[in-house]
Amino acid sequence: MDAHAPAHAGEEAHSHPKPATYLKVAVILFVLTALEVLLFEAGRGGLGASVRPIFEPIVIEVLLVLSAAKFALVAMFYMHLKQDPKLLSNLFVFPLLLAATIIGTLIILMSYWRVVGAK
Amino acid sequence: MATSVIDRAPAAHAPEYTGIMSWIKTVDHKRIGILYGSTAFLFFLIGGIEALFMRIQLMKPDNTFVSAETFNALFTMHGTTMIFLGIMPLSAMFFNYFIPLQIGARDVAFPRLNAFSYWVFLLGGLFINFSWLINAAPNAGWFGYANLTERPYSPGLNTDFWVLGLQILGIASVAAAINFFVTIVNLRAPGMKMLRMPMFVWMSFITQILLLLAFPVITIALVFLMMDRHFGTAFFLPDGGGDPIMWQHLFWIFGHPEVYILILPAFGIVSEVLPVFSRKPLFGYTAMVFSGAFIAFLGFGVWSHHMFSTGMGPFADSFFALSTMLIAVPTGVKIFNWIGTLWGGSLQMKTPLYFAVGMVAMFIVGGLSGVMHASPPADLQQTDSYFVVAHFHYVLFGGSIFGLSAGAYYWFPKMFGRMLSEKLGKLHFWLMFLGFNITFFPMHFLGLNGMPRRVYTYPAELNFGFWNQVQTWGSLLLGVSFLVFIYNMWKTSRRPADAPADPWRGATLEWAIPSPPQEFNFADVPPVNSSTPLWDLRRASGGQLPEPQRVSGAGIHMPRPSIWPLVTAFGVLGVLGSILFTHAFHYWFLITLVGVATLFYGVYRWAFEPAF
Amino acid sequence: MSDAAAHAIEHHTSTGIDSRKVAIWTLIGSECLFFASLISMYLVYKGKSLVGPLPHAESQCMLHGHMQACEQIFEIPLVTFGTAVLLFSSFFVVLALYGAQKGDRKMLIRWLSMTVLCGLFFIGMQVYEFQHFYHKGLGYSTNLFGSTFYTLTGFHGSHVTVGVIWLSTLLVLAIRGKLPAEKSLNLEIAALYWHFVDVVWIVIFPVVYLMR
Repeated sequence: MDAHAPAHAGEEAHSHPKPATYLKVAVILFVLTALEVLLFEAGRGGLGASVRPIFEPIVIEVLLVLSAAKFALVAMFYMHLKQDPKLLSNLFVFPLLLAATIIGTLIILMSYWRVVGAK
Repeated sequence: MATSVIDRAPAAHAPEYTGIMSWIKTVDHKRIGILYGSTAFLFFLIGGIEALFMRIQLMKPDNTFVSAETFNALFTMHGTTMIFLGIMPLSAMFFNYFIPLQIGARDVAFPRLNAFSYWVFLLGGLFINFSWLINAAPNAGWFGYANLTERPYSPGLNTDFWVLGLQILGIASVAAAINFFVTIVNLRAPGMKMLRMPMFVWMSFITQILLLLAFPVITIALVFLMMDRHFGTAFFLPDGGGDPIMWQHLFWIFGHPEVYILILPAFGIVSEVLPVFSRKPLFGYTAMVFSGAFIAFLGFGVWSHHMFSTGMGPFADSFFALSTMLIAVPTGVKIFNWIGTLWGGSLQMKTPLYFAVGMVAMFIVGGLSGVMHASPPADLQQTDSYFVVAHFHYVLFGGSIFGLSAGAYYWFPKMFGRMLSEKLGKLHFWLMFLGFNITFFPMHFLGLNGMPRRVYTYPAELNFGFWNQVQTWGSLLLGVSFLVFIYNMWKTSRRPADAPADPWRGATLEWAIPSPPQEFNFADVPPVNSSTPLWDLRRASGGQLPEPQRVSGAGIHMPRPSIWPLVTAFGVLGVLGSILFTHAFHYWFLITLVGVATLFYGVYRWAFEPAF
Repeated sequence: MSDAAAHAIEHHTSTGIDSRKVAIWTLIGSECLFFASLISMYLVYKGKSLVGPLPHAESQCMLHGHMQACEQIFEIPLVTFGTAVLLFSSFFVVLALYGAQKGDRKMLIRWLSMTVLCGLFFIGMQVYEFQHFYHKGLGYSTNLFGSTFYTLTGFHGSHVTVGVIWLSTLLVLAIRGKLPAEKSLNLEIAALYWHFVDVVWIVIFPVVYLMR
């Protein structure tokens, strides 16, 4: 029913991060988002033609890294996975890996391996 | 907080609710199990009749028993019904009734969600079968390949019933999967570590994980198809830039795990029955757990073996061929472990054992033809021929149905307090075994000789007539075997409920309580120190266990019955069913709004009523 | 059996985690596959639209029957702002939960209100964006970009909407004094759902808006 003794006691035993920690995470998330947008602009020439060739080839990879970092921060801190039992992390990570594999496989299958009438 | 007193007197049989309202508002997992089972059995019979009509049509060349259009609807509905309205809910009957009992729990984690799943299933099944009444039954195959299922080629309501019906049924499956997953993870009796759970619970657990991960994919595929059909998109239409192959990918990413969803519960049942009827522990418990998990995990990496003829290229073909062949390994582990269980055992020649052994044998045949399909060059001959029809009937009927039948005979006494007739049970088995093999074995020959699937007739010159006729007689024999089963159940229902708690000398917790169980299941859960707690108890008390007495349930608070799951289910039906009307009725979205309102109302009343 | 013993069986869980918390994580795991399918479709069809408008500027695309220069249809500053709002809403709901767990009703109400406002703002931004695109000629069935974009972001938006309704209901309960510390799990579960919705957007934002 409610979060009575057994479940809640387990959680109290772990230390809850303080609001100050959460604020730090929020600031980092904001900064990472700003970096993502700056990277996008640099890659398309919005920050000048000289920087464009440096950034354009790496936009996708770096964006993936930045967004993965944001994802991990929200998951570990806001969603409390860092302090919670491993079971909950597994419930998230396993489907995520499966999801990433399926996305990757479909992209590969549908871009390189079309024999008939490739568009 | 009410503490409802459940069992007022040591009565001869458990359910002391009466009246139809008690069934409509029930949240008791045992009652919900019976609801699933009876509904599923009826749909299974409907699916069987659809099959018989097909067999009569195919009995001789150029037959005119049904038209081509009707035949298309028959094979589509037969497949859809048997998979989604037959095997899955029959498995759900056993999940519902026996998962809580086998782990020593009082009920599932979310009893009202459990009831919700059943009602959504019932409404979805009625929805999709309603189409027969208006001559608009789905007719584009149970796998609905685009772009045949797109509006230009399927302009009527048939495919809409299929698309929307499956979405409704998907909601029922995912809700139930969350429920059983949490139940198994969280409500096990003290001492029941994961690696001491009964094999049926393990296989069911893995099945729930597959349901959770596979159904979202088909839901999205169906959404895309629905958008194409109703809102002008071109997700699978080449004219708009779309690619029909994407339907196949999304469908089979779901479809392959789906077949493991269909077989794993039956595997679990066989792993329960063989040890009990060999009076020997299951051979290689840990290997059985890990092979089941490996099969499920690998099951997500083989889907394109359904697409070998779509021109994916040699790299993709090879990859999926290898992964498919690899899956035979853990399956083989299971087969050998089952044989190892029987070997040297003290075999109790009872009906459950017959069906369980039959399952293993038939599944081997189906597995062999499956491995043959794994080779792309061989599959190019076999695909879309009767060879495939033979393969999947051997694994689905020979595998799942034989396995579920073993479960039915094994657990019937626990559920209904009466023993089914052994004589009639064995007659059922032999008729079914003969009828099944006569019907489906010749399909291997027909397939290799070139008879395609999904054809409503064939010319005489092709010489398919002889085996087709044999198969039709076989299918009639199959039908008779089910009549024997129904007669057995009817005859047994008229006997007094005098079955003992443990008629088979079982190893697991469900045999520790009266048959049928009292509403609260256990007054005291027996100690669990291994995967065979009841055998341990027997050994400790010198081979004999006292018959458990019915006791008062005073002080045990049980979940309160509720109508809101049913109301919410109607909301789901309203929202999805409204899409049927987009072309018929300009203000169709008003129906959607009514559905949404019902859904919200049901959810809010559900959320704010006390659970106990 | 004594009432206390029976009660104990009711609340004991094998993992020590409340069943509802395990359930929401299970749902989140399942939803990952849901959004994976939507994102897959978007990525597979990326660049394959037969006609414009297109997401980012291209030298040429088919618009209104003839080939012409294609301008970028995405309004990056607006969406970036919306992204930041959603990120901060996750921060706010964590603060609200902190308040709830400590029994600090004022803190709970203040930050939960902020969360709901942020959610509403995000939905408003999406509605504005959809309208804006529609006026620029990007309908649901115009091309593959429109179809995949609206379906993916629309599903995300409907998840945000459900989250806003859920959190608003809890806010009303909190204002009425019916969300004490013992019931903070109810908010924790809603917050987990909310964070998941945020996390999906963390993926959608770069993949859809920033990758060319």
